[in-house]
Amino acid sequence: MGYDCVVTVKQVPDTKAVTAKAMKDDGTVNRAALPAIFNPEDLHALETALEIKDTHGGTVTVITMGPPNACQVLREALYRGADRAILITDRRAAASDTLATSYILSCAIRKLSKVDIVLCGRQAIDGDTAQVGPQLAEKLSLTQVTYLEELVGLTNQQVSVRRNLGNGWEIVESKLPVLITVLGTANEPRPAGAKRIMKYKKARCPVEIVKEIAGDNDPKDPKIAKQIDAKIAELKAKGLLIEHWDLDTIEADLAWCGRDGSPTKVHRIQSVVLKGTGHKQFEPTDSGVRDLVHELLEDRTLG
Amino acid sequence: MIRCNREGAVWIFAEQEAGELSDVPLELLSKGRELADKLNVQLISVLGGGSNVEPLCEKLIRHGSDEVLLVEHPMLKDYQTNSYAKVVCQLIEKYEPQIVLYGATAMGRDLAPRVASKMRAGLTADCTDLQIGDHQERQGPLHKNLLLQIRPAFGGNIIATIINYDRWPQMATVREGVMRMPEPDPKRKGKVIRETVHITPEDLAVSILKRHREVKKVNLKAARIIVAGGAGVGSKENFKGVWDLANALGAAVGASRAAVDLGFCDRDHQVGQTGTTVRPALYIAVGISGAVQHRTGMQDAARIVAINKDPNAPIFQIAHYGIVGEIRDVIPKMIKAVRERG
Repeated sequence: MGYDCVVTVKQVPDTKAVTAKAMKDDGTVNRAALPAIFNPEDLHALETALEIKDTHGGTVTVITMGPPNACQVLREALYRGADRAILITDRRAAASDTLATSYILSCAIRKLSKVDIVLCGRQAIDGDTAQVGPQLAEKLSLTQVTYLEELVGLTNQQVSVRRNLGNGWEIVESKLPVLITVLGTANEPRPAGAKRIMKYKKARCPVEIVKEIAGDNDPKDPKIAKQIDAKIAELKAKGLLIEHWDLDTIEADLAWCGRDGSPTKVHRIQSVVLKGTGHKQFEPTDSGVRDLVHELLEDRTLG
Repeated sequence: MIRCNREGAVWIFAEQEAGELSDVPLELLSKGRELADKLNVQLISVLGGGSNVEPLCEKLIRHGSDEVLLVEHPMLKDYQTNSYAKVVCQLIEKYEPQIVLYGATAMGRDLAPRVASKMRAGLTADCTDLQIGDHQERQGPLHKNLLLQIRPAFGGNIIATIINYDRWPQMATVREGVMRMPEPDPKRKGKVIRETVHITPEDLAVSILKRHREVKKVNLKAARIIVAGGAGVGSKENFKGVWDLANALGAAVGASRAAVDLGFCDRDHQVGQTGTTVRPALYIAVGISGAVQHRTGMQDAARIVAINKDPNAPIFQIAHYGIVGEIRDVIPKMIKAVRERG
């Protein structure tokens, strides 16, 4: 019994934290100055998976695609209760659009032995596209149920979900396996568990271990390589190894990955610049306010 | 994947629910008309439904469609991802359109990525503008007359223009309320073409147990004047002043996300990136600092009045008129001045 859930998560720049400090002198955003966070709706997807595990048993595997730094969100998932964490990192995956990303994630999920439910946050706050969930479902030939606001029931290999449609809601029922995208209003993500933090703060991915041990030296140097291997073996034995998969591990067709696999290309990026166009100022007095209303009547804005 | 068919038409997906079209497909037709005319190709609506949607064809034609591809099937009565994706994909393969537009609605954002994945085509989400233009590939060829898909990204802090030149159709979802509604032309003539798509019970992957539609109580999009309050209003109590001013002006009430999150006002009133996009004749921003996310949703208002006690609030940078002062003082003065006008 129990359900095996996979949660796709993403590390994103905190676009809500765009304050004066994160602005460059030319009025554009300095992305490097923004903190990297667990994409908010992915936390809700993780919570949904953990609640399923609490109630029915089973496992929760988290997968992220990104640079080695993205291990931080995997550790945060382990702190909250995930059983297994996988980092997909590969230079050849850089510049993937949503289609290439969903293809790569689908190859990774196919590598897992049994999957009942794939859970994704509806969208990530850096792109706000909400496309990877449905595209991943199509690539895996899974039924997609978008916009989960409440998991109504899960019995006999069947799931029912209340979907928020903006102008109302519906309750749908689907057979497993299924891919579900989760809204930020679905639940209250649990905090990291203190005991789990103590345990999993030592969890590392081989790409991090290499960096930590080799530093600027050659990791292929026999002495250093031996240290690295020993550390990986040690963490694996303790259940503290974050797995590292690349495009070869997941047997991805390179033609569908990265820039080549991405049909959408960037034509131009313009920064939104706070422009001072100048406005007409009125005093906060009776006569000032009357002048403003008069002006609006004059140009027929009011009338 | 289909070839890049330069003669291909511009398509819009005509989203309907219970036999009714919302504003979205009509907004798509206004932008679609512009694009089709520029490319000198036809503008075509794709309309699917149970057995009651044929009467909608005339409305689509009057709003700018040259043709309607109509698919009626009992199993298309309710929208479901797989059945509708099958319809759209099959028609795309048959006719090879160059552009397909969807509304960035709950339905459009569920359907379009499924179609894009199946067709291995590009898709840009939530566009706020679309244009036709050329793209020079770095150390490569010049691609003429592509669909420039323009959208805010990165929390609204950048505007990205996305293209796709090698894997067609070029597809985008378009944000609600951003494109103007076209005026219907009762004399416009067009063709309705009935299409058959084989739908089987296997295409209905889910069963819909219950459905509840909420009629939006607030129609911000149609409002000529909007008075909107932000966190700077201070409290739910003070927010009554925003309502009073709106009543005096015959205006609708809007709110920033901050004001909604603080419980000053209902979420239905939210203006901005995650709320409604508005373009009224007059927008009065009361105690709204003017975060990018809010400005994206109201900066196209013809006139913007900002009232804020912080003279450095970013809202003043897009305002036409400004008053720096305490909200509690200024609002009653404003109501008085409005009542005494003329």
